[in-house]
Amino acid sequence: MSYELVLFTIVTASTPFLLAALGELVTERAGVLNLGVEGMMAMGAACGFAAAITFDSNAIGVLVGMLAGMLTAAVFALAVLGFAANQVGCGLALTIFGLGVAGMIGNRFVGLRRIQIAPTEIPFLSDIPFIGKALFSHDIFVYVSIILTVLVAWFLSRTRLGLMLRSVGENHVSAQALGLPVRRIRLGAILFGGACSGLAGVYLSLVYTGFWAANITASKGWIAVLLVVFAAWRPVWLVVGAYIFGAASVLQLHAQAAQLGIPSQLLSSVPYVVTIVVLVILAWVHGRNAGGPGSLGNPYITDR
Amino acid sequence: MITRRALATLAGACAMALAASSGVSAEEKLKVGFIYIGPIGDYGYSYQHNEGRKALEKALGDKVETTYVEGVSEADAERPIEQLARTGHKLIFTNSFGFMEATLKVAKKYPNVKFEHATGYKRAANVATYAARFYEGRYIQGQIAAKMSKTGIIGYLAAFPIPECVAGINAYMLGAQSVRPDIKLKVVWANTWYDPAKEADAAKALFDQNVDVITQHTDSPAPLQTAEARGKFGFGQASDMEQFAPKAQLTALVNDWSEYYIERTKLVLDGKWTSTDTWDGLDKKMIVMSPYKNMPDDVKKMAEETEAAIASHKLKPFKCPVLDQSGKEVECKGEGTLSDEQILGMNFYVKGIEDKLPQ
Repeated sequence: MSYELVLFTIVTASTPFLLAALGELVTERAGVLNLGVEGMMAMGAACGFAAAITFDSNAIGVLVGMLAGMLTAAVFALAVLGFAANQVGCGLALTIFGLGVAGMIGNRFVGLRRIQIAPTEIPFLSDIPFIGKALFSHDIFVYVSIILTVLVAWFLSRTRLGLMLRSVGENHVSAQALGLPVRRIRLGAILFGGACSGLAGVYLSLVYTGFWAANITASKGWIAVLLVVFAAWRPVWLVVGAYIFGAASVLQLHAQAAQLGIPSQLLSSVPYVVTIVVLVILAWVHGRNAGGPGSLGNPYITDR
Repeated sequence: MITRRALATLAGACAMALAASSGVSAEEKLKVGFIYIGPIGDYGYSYQHNEGRKALEKALGDKVETTYVEGVSEADAERPIEQLARTGHKLIFTNSFGFMEATLKVAKKYPNVKFEHATGYKRAANVATYAARFYEGRYIQGQIAAKMSKTGIIGYLAAFPIPECVAGINAYMLGAQSVRPDIKLKVVWANTWYDPAKEADAAKALFDQNVDVITQHTDSPAPLQTAEARGKFGFGQASDMEQFAPKAQLTALVNDWSEYYIERTKLVLDGKWTSTDTWDGLDKKMIVMSPYKNMPDDVKKMAEETEAAIASHKLKPFKCPVLDQSGKEVECKGEGTLSDEQILGMNFYVKGIEDKLPQ
């Protein structure tokens, strides 16, 4: 068995979770709970694939997929920001809506195939023994997901706009009193979340498989939402969570193929158990800040 | 799943309301309903059932009207089934093993409606069952896999440890052993019928452990496509998946429900429908092997001969003696073969499989 290949698979398996969860993290840090990740991912996967086939271009596919995610998120933003509707309800509705519309859009593209987007090897670095191939010869999305994580972490903790976003999420009444544009900041966060989910969806239909089929997301969006909670809304922990989940998902399959004699049903639950345990321990060790943003999920109603 | 179903049900309800309002003046058509476990866009199991429904509409379109509800979860199947029964559907097909209890329950309430449940084993006066002998195709696949493998290790990507999957694994192994007694088999359970990314990962895990030919009992083309990307071999599941893996697909085990759906609907139209138990295979073309490709001529010839022998009942994949993992002979309850009941309830691995069956 080649360990390099296993490591390689783990990285690709973790990437869609990281991308989707990163977007949801920013959305939630702005105080908005968007449970529609699954729907936005499906939209990204369907529209991205449809565009890539229609225009025979992966770049257009990726772009359209992100836009589709953003557009779906915009529907959600209209409801929760424009009409101060219940966020949990709207998020659930968005999942139903997104999966349904994606199925409809994708219907004409069922049964078509597109060659998966190939990995790019980074010169020199990919020649490092053992870890070189596993870490430095991936498709571009893997690098983007890592760079994006660093950027988000830096943005939230080191920039003025990031601070504003966090204050809006912690207490939107105070933020409003300070004169911050609560709705505009939240709109930006929701759209960013949509774009990330769309990108995660595109990753499934253009990189992972190279086809569209209804329900291709298979509840991955929900796992992304959970990862945000267990990572205590911290980008760096999110990477840990996503990679542990990805690693456990891949390794449990290897454990089966290696015929260790452990019941497969038990092995299937390993990714969930391990991820939750690790992140809970992390949160416990750090003690503080394990709770979510103060205004998370509350509708923002002004009397102005 | 829940979400897709909700939308589909809603759409179905709207369609039915429309049909109810506009269909009064039209000729009295027989309404036939279909309940699918997956989305019809899965390009696998439910897709093939829907192709059967389309064939039915094409054949008897002037006499029947069909409705389907896709992506129905097994836990919540009763409601959509009852909804179809309530809205005047006189014949209802439910396509997954897990719909068994729900189908029987609704059937009890609507004695005038005929029900057909796929892959189940419980019947009633107005509930018939039907299934295809998928294991016949697995036997052929096993022979091909054993011939094509260079490493001597073949793989099986299975969904859930239910008898249908276990019988498939055993038939695959028996087929492989019939041409190469020392063949090794690795089994991975995905614990899902449908999750393209996970199925692809499972296929990668098998290939990473020196397997070079896999077959799959999950519904998406992802594992086959992984085989294509890795330069290995695989088999299409439920429908012909050649376009996803032109170099990797050796053949596909295609389910064809068209004839059955047309035949059963005709019986209802003629008032001759009775509750029956149908289990057909290659003989009645309920399963079909798609063209054999990407293999040398002698392997192709062997596969075609085996296919013909199974179709004409000369060859039984589970011909006695069948040995279990410990090498003990399994009691032979059929004539020279394991009985249908034994195959339908199969809960043991045959000799040579080194994995432990999850119980």
